[in-house]
Amino acid sequence: MNFTVSPENEGIRKMVREFAEKKLAPTIVERDEKELFDRSIFDEMGKLGLMGLPYPEKYGGGGMDFVAYAIAIEEISRVDASTSIGMSVHTSLCSWPIYKYGTEEQKQKYLVPLAQGIKLGAFGLTEPNAGTDVGNASTFAVKEGDSYLITGTKVFNTNGGEAEVEVVFTKTNKEAGLKGMSAFIVEKGSPGLSFGKKETKMGIRAAVQREVIMVNAKTPASNILGKEGDGFRIAMTTLDGGRIGIAAQAVGIAQGALDHAIKYAKQRVQFGKPIATQQGISFMLANMATKVEAARLMTYRAAFNKSNDLPYSKEAAMAKLFASDVAMSVTTDAVQVFGGYGYSREYPVERLMRDAKITQIYEGTSEAMRMVIAGSILR
Amino acid sequence: MEIVVCVKQVPDTTEVKIDPVTNTLVREGVPSIVNPFDKYALEMALQLRDKHGGKVTVISMGPPQAVAALRECIAMGADEAVLLSDRAFAGSDTLATSYTLSQAVRKMGNVDLVICGKQAIDGDTAQVGPEMAEHLGIGQLTYVSTIEFDGEKLIAHREQDEGYDVIEAKAPLVVTIIKLAMDPRLPTVKGTAKAYRMEVPVWTAADIAIDPKLAGLEGSPTLVKRIFTPERRGKGEIIQGDSKEAVDALVDKLRQAKIL
Amino acid sequence: MSVKILSEKCIGCQTCIDSCPYGAIVMKDDKAVLTEACTFCGACESSCPASAIVVEREKTEEAQDISAYKGVWVFIEHRDGRIRNVSLELVGEGRKLAQELGEELSAVLIGDNVAEMSKELFASGADNVYLVEGSAFHNYSTDAYSIAFTYLIRKYLPSVILLGATNDGRDLGPRVSARLKTGLTADCTNLSIDPETRLVAWTRPAFGGNIMATIFCPDNRPQMGTVRPKVFKKPVPDYNRTGKIIREELAINEKDIRTKLIDVVKVCTFSCNLEDAEIIVSGGRGLGKPEGFRMVEELAQVLKGTVGSSRAAVDAGWMPYPHQVGQTGKTVAPKIYIACGISGAIQHLAGMQTSDVIIAINKDPDAPIFKVATYGIVGDVYEVVPALTAKFREILQ
Repeated sequence: MNFTVSPENEGIRKMVREFAEKKLAPTIVERDEKELFDRSIFDEMGKLGLMGLPYPEKYGGGGMDFVAYAIAIEEISRVDASTSIGMSVHTSLCSWPIYKYGTEEQKQKYLVPLAQGIKLGAFGLTEPNAGTDVGNASTFAVKEGDSYLITGTKVFNTNGGEAEVEVVFTKTNKEAGLKGMSAFIVEKGSPGLSFGKKETKMGIRAAVQREVIMVNAKTPASNILGKEGDGFRIAMTTLDGGRIGIAAQAVGIAQGALDHAIKYAKQRVQFGKPIATQQGISFMLANMATKVEAARLMTYRAAFNKSNDLPYSKEAAMAKLFASDVAMSVTTDAVQVFGGYGYSREYPVERLMRDAKITQIYEGTSEAMRMVIAGSILR
Repeated sequence: MEIVVCVKQVPDTTEVKIDPVTNTLVREGVPSIVNPFDKYALEMALQLRDKHGGKVTVISMGPPQAVAALRECIAMGADEAVLLSDRAFAGSDTLATSYTLSQAVRKMGNVDLVICGKQAIDGDTAQVGPEMAEHLGIGQLTYVSTIEFDGEKLIAHREQDEGYDVIEAKAPLVVTIIKLAMDPRLPTVKGTAKAYRMEVPVWTAADIAIDPKLAGLEGSPTLVKRIFTPERRGKGEIIQGDSKEAVDALVDKLRQAKIL
Repeated sequence: MSVKILSEKCIGCQTCIDSCPYGAIVMKDDKAVLTEACTFCGACESSCPASAIVVEREKTEEAQDISAYKGVWVFIEHRDGRIRNVSLELVGEGRKLAQELGEELSAVLIGDNVAEMSKELFASGADNVYLVEGSAFHNYSTDAYSIAFTYLIRKYLPSVILLGATNDGRDLGPRVSARLKTGLTADCTNLSIDPETRLVAWTRPAFGGNIMATIFCPDNRPQMGTVRPKVFKKPVPDYNRTGKIIREELAINEKDIRTKLIDVVKVCTFSCNLEDAEIIVSGGRGLGKPEGFRMVEELAQVLKGTVGSSRAAVDAGWMPYPHQVGQTGKTVAPKIYIACGISGAIQHLAGMQTSDVIIAINKDPDAPIFKVATYGIVGDVYEVVPALTAKFREILQ
């Protein structure tokens, strides 16, 4: 057993923390308040090498492992969960299936600029009537010459409308059920591709989610990932890995709230002494810290497995299930530690609490996580 | 351009606290950082390298754990790093420190510029740069905010009280840097990976031909006789009232205290 | 004192030739040799990559040699034909040290056509003025001034040297102390003579002002230190006092000057000579907008003070950097420091907390600036500062 993060990955933590404190912290309050998506942040992250961390250097990546990636997501989320979801979707959900299932040509054409942060990526799976029930998707692609024409609507699409590259899942054979799904790389600007309204949300308000509307959207046949019928498997394995990103995001949000709560509890004086000296508060902080630590270990374990070609589907689902619950409870407790000030938008913990909720929902709800875990242990 | 940047690992003095009971410095838990002025020095060096080519080497004299400061500099983009570490360096004042650093620069040979931060935030002496220049027998430019290089000579702005002097000089030089107009660049993933994968060479006294009489405690003419905590300012007085009343009351108090 | 070039070690690289301020090294049969022009200054020693130059010094560790060093010296800084305040402050303080040691106080005046300034120095308490004049000294230059200063020190052997902790003083001091291989204590805020050892006790802040250290230079001479402006009072001049001018002629070789001043640019819209200021009025982020500094400047003008700024206001582009007070700006200690809309981040406090009187105006009663303030007013800067300006204008008339 070795529970030590490598010096190299601690270096990544230090680096990303500095980036988050210097470049994200000063503007997140305003971006959250005004629901501003700031593309220049991702441009800068690309220059620093943060948009392709776990991919080989020959594909423009950072050549790091998935633990480094989880740490980077965690550190960004500690300050700004809106930016971390953009990064996570880009890295785990768009770049990864191209890396894993793409041809060398597809990798050169799409993965390289994605990993370098020159292009931003998105992932189109969820539809109005197909959330957890992926098989109920109605988006359909027909082959015409050397192109596919895709028709359908994707919703809650993170980075949608901003991303240059999107991995889209469609049916190519309506009769074949889950085996009739295929995955395509769709470029922004394709004829027939447009974007709907921007979602207004409870949290992660500086991230962008849009509807993606495809009406005979024309995509070259060479842009199919794998072959026809591989779509469901690609979607599921991609989401398995994506959950590590969301688990890391949840850990980061919880850690951010815990840090604020500890600092405040030491400063805030009531009854003549800092509230941190009151057992009611100190025990609450102890519980929060313990939960964060447990969530972090589960998350790093899943990331470690993924890096080392060990099974990680169940581990990632467990980590996300647990860490997202931790994020919700720790941020709620942090608001409690702050009392009335915690409920005020003058202080950051209410934002973290709003941001935390989504981690129990996206890239598979907590209920879907239980389905994955149950499926795995009852096999 | 071959550039050496001298950096120091310092306690973050903004995190230093005073124990209210013993009135002494609480050093535990104070994070170590790269001296902020040295980061500006590194930024200046990296800009010169990016524009004119060459190589940036960071050096630091300190205990083995000071290697963390060097790794941070590599992560920001420095090409090479060397740690000068030896028990013989312990207790160095600025004269012995500057001698030791100069010996390392001398060993490297063919250095065009040695760039230092104007001072370290723990000692605040601003002496190591000029003293290195003297040990190396080369010119110095202190309190510099900009450098232009035309391939032959450097034009620098040197801070003065009411503006700056424009100074022309030729390499080799020691330059000390004040806060620049731009922030030091952030470390990159690539730099970080390199920083933690590389073996940072450690040079001992023997490696750089140190004369023991000139290094460490023995080579330090100054001696710290006593360290004490300055008297804390008494808690001040908040003057109550609306603006007008408060201003009147303040002026009365200044008069009573014979400050006006 | 002697200098030898060990010909068996000399590699003929000629590096030492450039290092010699007196042009006293020549090449003979591919080896460096010294000519009669050598002053034994030792500048060549460190230039030799082969350690072929050996400077034999009198063992300074021995007490009898230290005893050869006598007198307190003050290096005089001047700009635009005027002696800087800090130099006169040091003449005043140097007078006290000299008296206590029973030695003479001398001022070192290097410049171009500066002899006239001697009067002011005698009036302020100097017994002697060591005068070096020449066009090479028209403006401050590290090389020209360090050659002249070192020459005087080696010839007259002072025991104590004080310099102002200004940018030029902190440029020259370490250059000279390193050449003399002696100790220099930076940025002192208190000086005294240790009764037991008769050494100067140099006291200075460190760790951003969080601790003070008292430093001795026991075995090397001269004992050197730079002293912050405004720490000591300027002496009241007595123009009946006279003294002795000791003039030294010194030719500076053009090629020994490695840096050339080509322009002097003043960027301060309003005086920003913060280190010399008696009163500083500073503005911070709490002003909310750059125009707020007009109000700060007005108050400063009424008080004949200088304008300072927090780092936040400089970073926001409201004030130029020379006005910045704090850890990455200037360290100041005026009689009165007025902080307008400055929260008091520790970086700022490190640069001003030794001011005699601190007046803070801020709307946040919990702002850390109130922890160091002598007087604090909690309120809107846009109400309080104009009221203060009006009040001072009224009473100062």
